[in-house]
Amino acid sequence: MKLFKKLAASASVLAMLASGASAEISDGVVKIGLLTDMSGTYSDVAGPGTITAAEMAIEEFGGTVAGAPIELVSADHQNKADISANKARQWGDTEKVDAFAELVTTSVAMAVFEVAKQQNKIALVSGAASSPLTNDACIPTGLHWTYNTRALGVGTGSAVVAEGGDSWFFLTADYAFGEALQGDVSKVVEAAGGKVLGSVKHPFPASDFSSFMLQAQASGAKVIGLANAGGDTINAIKAAKEFGIVEAGQKIAGLLVFLSDVHALGLDTAQGLQMTVSFYWDMNDETREWSKRFFEKTGKMPTGIQAGTYSAVRHYLKAIEATGSDDTDTVLAKMREMPVEDMFANGGVLRTDGRMVHDMYLAEVKSPADSSGPWDYLKIVRTIPGEEAFGPLSESTCPTK
Amino acid sequence: MNKFLGYLIVLAISLAAPLFIYPVFLMKLLCFALFASAFNLILGYGGLLSFGHAAFFGGAAYISGHALKVWGLPTELGILVGALSAGVLGLAIGTLAIRRQGIYFAMITLAMAQMAYFVFISSPFTGGENGLQGVPRGMALGMIDLTNDRSMYYFVLAICLAGFLLIARAVHSPFGQVLSAIRDNEDRARSLGYDIERYKLLAFVLSATLAGLAGATKTVVFQLASLTDAHWHMSGEVVLMTLLGGLGTIAGPAVGAGIIVTLQNYLASGPLAAWVPVVLGVIFVACVLSFRRGVVGELREFLRRSF
Amino acid sequence: MLTDLLGFPPQVLFGQLLLGLINGAFYAVLSLGLAVIFGLLNIVNFAHGALYMLGAFATLGLTQYLGIGYWGALIFAPLIVGAIGVGLERVLLRRLSGIDHLYGLLLTFGLALVIEGTFVKLFGASGIPYPTPEALQGGVNLGFMFLPFYRGWVVVASLAVCVATWYLFERTKIGAYLRAGTENPRLLQAFGVNVPLLTTLAYGYGVALAAFAGVLAAPITQVNPLMGSNLIIVVFAVVVIGGMGSIMGAVVTGLSMGVIEGLTKVFWPEASSTVIFVVMAIVLVLRPAGLFGKPA
Repeated sequence: MKLFKKLAASASVLAMLASGASAEISDGVVKIGLLTDMSGTYSDVAGPGTITAAEMAIEEFGGTVAGAPIELVSADHQNKADISANKARQWGDTEKVDAFAELVTTSVAMAVFEVAKQQNKIALVSGAASSPLTNDACIPTGLHWTYNTRALGVGTGSAVVAEGGDSWFFLTADYAFGEALQGDVSKVVEAAGGKVLGSVKHPFPASDFSSFMLQAQASGAKVIGLANAGGDTINAIKAAKEFGIVEAGQKIAGLLVFLSDVHALGLDTAQGLQMTVSFYWDMNDETREWSKRFFEKTGKMPTGIQAGTYSAVRHYLKAIEATGSDDTDTVLAKMREMPVEDMFANGGVLRTDGRMVHDMYLAEVKSPADSSGPWDYLKIVRTIPGEEAFGPLSESTCPTK
Repeated sequence: MNKFLGYLIVLAISLAAPLFIYPVFLMKLLCFALFASAFNLILGYGGLLSFGHAAFFGGAAYISGHALKVWGLPTELGILVGALSAGVLGLAIGTLAIRRQGIYFAMITLAMAQMAYFVFISSPFTGGENGLQGVPRGMALGMIDLTNDRSMYYFVLAICLAGFLLIARAVHSPFGQVLSAIRDNEDRARSLGYDIERYKLLAFVLSATLAGLAGATKTVVFQLASLTDAHWHMSGEVVLMTLLGGLGTIAGPAVGAGIIVTLQNYLASGPLAAWVPVVLGVIFVACVLSFRRGVVGELREFLRRSF
Repeated sequence: MLTDLLGFPPQVLFGQLLLGLINGAFYAVLSLGLAVIFGLLNIVNFAHGALYMLGAFATLGLTQYLGIGYWGALIFAPLIVGAIGVGLERVLLRRLSGIDHLYGLLLTFGLALVIEGTFVKLFGASGIPYPTPEALQGGVNLGFMFLPFYRGWVVVASLAVCVATWYLFERTKIGAYLRAGTENPRLLQAFGVNVPLLTTLAYGYGVALAAFAGVLAAPITQVNPLMGSNLIIVVFAVVVIGGMGSIMGAVVTGLSMGVIEGLTKVFWPEASSTVIFVVMAIVLVLRPAGLFGKPA
């Protein structure tokens, strides 16, 4: 028995040596596991579109990298952290997945971080928003690609204060994310010389915002900041319009608004709304060309999360191509060394706390008259340099930075 | 004797299973099997449809997660704390709910569980939407490292077997007999002098505690507790597992849980990924319309008729 | 500052009371529909939220594809969804007559999953906007608040439907049959009344009420596949509080719960999602049969 084990062990060592000599791709395949919300709240901002985006990145490599085929597996995590952890663990343990991608919503990203840390695998986060992912909750192999709450707060907060919106009232979703967002933005507003007059915590999710809007109105603040997301933001903006709050002179600042939300609201309701985005399809020829191809496949223009997924997967594959290896530490080092250059990011830098620093954009929703048709929704007002949006590395509280 | 042999075979299979099947998946299966069996105690044997069992499952998950992560309790104690607090919550909700019967009972448990859900979502200790993450697995009996999936599996198996035995024992005890009598004819049981409210409440608390045990164990396995466990969809899922497997049978809920968990796992990465809720809904409707005995119930009926 | 009531200016309170009433109108119409269905079928219609959502989608569909505007949808959407309800009752629910009523609850729960899941798959989860009808755009400044015309219309329309339902049940012959069917269906059958037909109609009517609420909600909340899924649980609590014994009970409870919730949004906004459940718990302790229910 013992002898047999020894033999088997030496045989496998031999096998490893043999395969190592030809290529350093483990199991002869580069496998990416993409977890996203296929049917729930985030299926529009992320969802099936992120799979298309990842596939587009893989297509650019012709389906192989460093002589090994690239394989994409995907699963619907239904916004459940336990399903995500289970799937990621299984992928890593039994199906030879080398990296996890997308991971919309913070609970999912954090659950997969735990798995990625144990298995020492790269996690390419695109959809989750919370800044803690590259602060207290960071892991050495977790990369936060597209945006975070701080960047959104900085962009929208400072821009609105600069335009004279110096007193704020927050409508905050009553859970960790809402509070984090309100906290991030409050800091920015106060640093820019503005004042926060108060806030009301609304239950999550809430369908009727009229009451909270009236409280915001009664506060007399110049700006009503929406520290919520998704359906809550949409309903709050609708209530503001209905109760004539914007016409009465108060401004609404959506802190986490996506292109698909604007699409859902319609320009009539959303016009004038300021938002910070990581990406907009109509910025330059490159983004237009890519987005058009994306549109042909999905019937929708890409959101920042979808474009970010493309960028993250592409950069990961580039690093494998450059090193000829899919070893986590080797690839990670190369990803940090190379600037991120594609239609999503221009000279993006991957920091040791996991943050991918790239420019963000302050955008304003066009009025129906200015829009030339469907998906022509945003006007880019300002480019926010990456360092300003995400803050310096010294600010990060990530212990392993 | 036949039954004994059956138990032995099941035990042998569950002992050998992690050699062939991915252990984390098996542990999930076991936790849900225990959850469904606990639920069956109140629905199958007590005739009370609780639509709020997610509160116990999810509540215990949070509390044991907190106990393990923040208070640093040993694993066994953390799970116990979670299960017992689910029992206390069960006592509170049960006291209110048993004041009404049938459909009202279902609506009250649903509403109370929804209330608990809202409390969980906004309490800082649960992490809200982010969930309670990074719960340590710790050591079993202070010496077996549970970070190893195999050891964790046998630990979970031991807990769940204990849970199943307790349920089987309760069902076959005089207490279980009275409970079934109440289910079949409440008035008659009352006229026989049984304090039916106390029996119902006791069954409810026991069911809640065991559901909590399942939730707490699941937290240790996945090292996280999330809102999913406390959402009313979870309450619906456990009803479906029990119904599909067979109401009021010992093995039914575990079989139902096995089918549903496997199905979810399988569907999540196929072309039907986005259709999971619809598929569950269709199974629900089909079960109610023409499969009310469930898999085990139908099987038993088939065996009874054929032999 | 002296005029402030508990730290809130009175105009804020008036505004919130009015808003509470508007939300209460939705609770009233929805719990009324549940009560009607419960009366004859003895089941709790878990699919009520999904059918409310169907009402909103029907409005959207009628407007976008058939060019029938909001006003037409107000009539046709409840009819269409009511017809779907009739179909569901005939094909599915009918088969459960005579067995434990809990199966009805389970069946409708499954239906809700199927309907909502399908719509999420087809239309996404973020919802589709529906414009406020032109005649009701804008609003009026009441001094203490700006009242959008549409919100005012919601209260008027819901109350009108509630009163009409009350009249139908309490003052007409068909209503007398319906009430008799609630009390003793066998006896009614013996008198030659077609009780199965009556049951089907009651289900259709209850469902149409849900769809009507959906039409009213469409311009306010977005047409969203999940718009009914959390609402329905609150409505269940409302029903438990009121007891399902009477039409007026459902209406009064619905409106007052809306007001209580509205006030909570001012004094303790975090608790506004749980306050109705707390009220339910208190009512259960003090009066288990519900405020308007007949003690068992």
